[in-house]
Amino acid sequence: MSTPRPEHRLAVLGAGTMGAGIAALALGRGLDVLLVDVDDGTLAAARTRVTVALRLARLMGSLPRVDGTGGAAAGGELRTSTAVADVAGCTAVVESVVERAEVKATVLAEASAAVEPGTLVVSNTSAIPIDELAGATRSPADVVGVHFMNPPYLIRTVEVIRGPRTGEAAMAAVAVLLAALDREPVVVGDGPGFVINRILQRMINEAARVVAEGVATPEAVDALFTGCLGHRTGPLATADLIGLDNVVDSLVVLHERTGDEGYRPAALLVRKVRDGELGRKSGHGFFEHGSPL
Amino acid sequence: MSMPTAHPAGTDAVRDDLVAFVEQRTKTPVAADVDLFGSGLVSSLFALQLVVHLEQAFGVEVAGPDLTLDNFRTVDAMTALVLRLRAGDD
Repeated sequence: MSTPRPEHRLAVLGAGTMGAGIAALALGRGLDVLLVDVDDGTLAAARTRVTVALRLARLMGSLPRVDGTGGAAAGGELRTSTAVADVAGCTAVVESVVERAEVKATVLAEASAAVEPGTLVVSNTSAIPIDELAGATRSPADVVGVHFMNPPYLIRTVEVIRGPRTGEAAMAAVAVLLAALDREPVVVGDGPGFVINRILQRMINEAARVVAEGVATPEAVDALFTGCLGHRTGPLATADLIGLDNVVDSLVVLHERTGDEGYRPAALLVRKVRDGELGRKSGHGFFEHGSPL
Repeated sequence: MSMPTAHPAGTDAVRDDLVAFVEQRTKTPVAADVDLFGSGLVSSLFALQLVVHLEQAFGVEVAGPDLTLDNFRTVDAMTALVLRLRAGDD
């Protein structure tokens, strides 16, 4: 007997690496998804990316394989749009646009004005405090942070951020949504970088400085973390997976909001981003990854 | 024997191609029976590159229940998959 399709209609704002990944996760769990981006070309590329992501997740056993019985395993329906106003009628909105506070605030304000009050509004921000983003919306109580890891369809645990104005109803709604997506939430408080990126981005930044100073190669840095500490990946391979552009954006957010010089983006990171060496997504960062899929 | 049997030369050609592909990507000599994922030679994300390579190099489609990591764990397993899918096309 097949698993019935969930009743959610999810809107994902932003069709970049994370937006497409979140869309793939939801589709693979049988949810219908509206993927919104300002750029038609980005949406077209995201459709391909979603197809690849679904195959990878099914290959890894992270999403149900298509079994021919219909139901959730057959996947949800993907629609795309360039208009944020089209999110009207969705049961939840997940914002995953570029990690710039002013862009996120604009998109969240527009989306929250388009949906019914009480509709769950999620931000997938890496580091911007949820309350800062909630302040841009019509209904701050509806806003919750859900920090999906990359790739979101392979990594089950998500960092859920409850802002000071987040309401009980929104926390209950996000729990239902994450259950439908088969994600495992860990709820934390608000603040720049929350828990993961407050710690991780500083470590990546320091690792980049170590490499720039000639103290160690990227291979040596990561070998110490995997070999000595048992981490699954070292900080620089993790940075390549996140995307070095996103790392720099997150460091800027953290530096601006804390004044802590440890978060000032290392010159090597800034140079790599300027040169288009973004990590896995461009095929090269601290390590070679071959052609992006 | 109920399974279709491929010509031995076909088996060798498929296996040699796959070994060359994995060795070129990992820059490490690879035995056909080594567990690529268990040995840490390749990341799980590399698995999909193997799928795409298999499809493009041998003109097969990997879908449904065949889309499982066990079919890509070793060069031998991938070779068997290619031969089985090709036989199914006949």
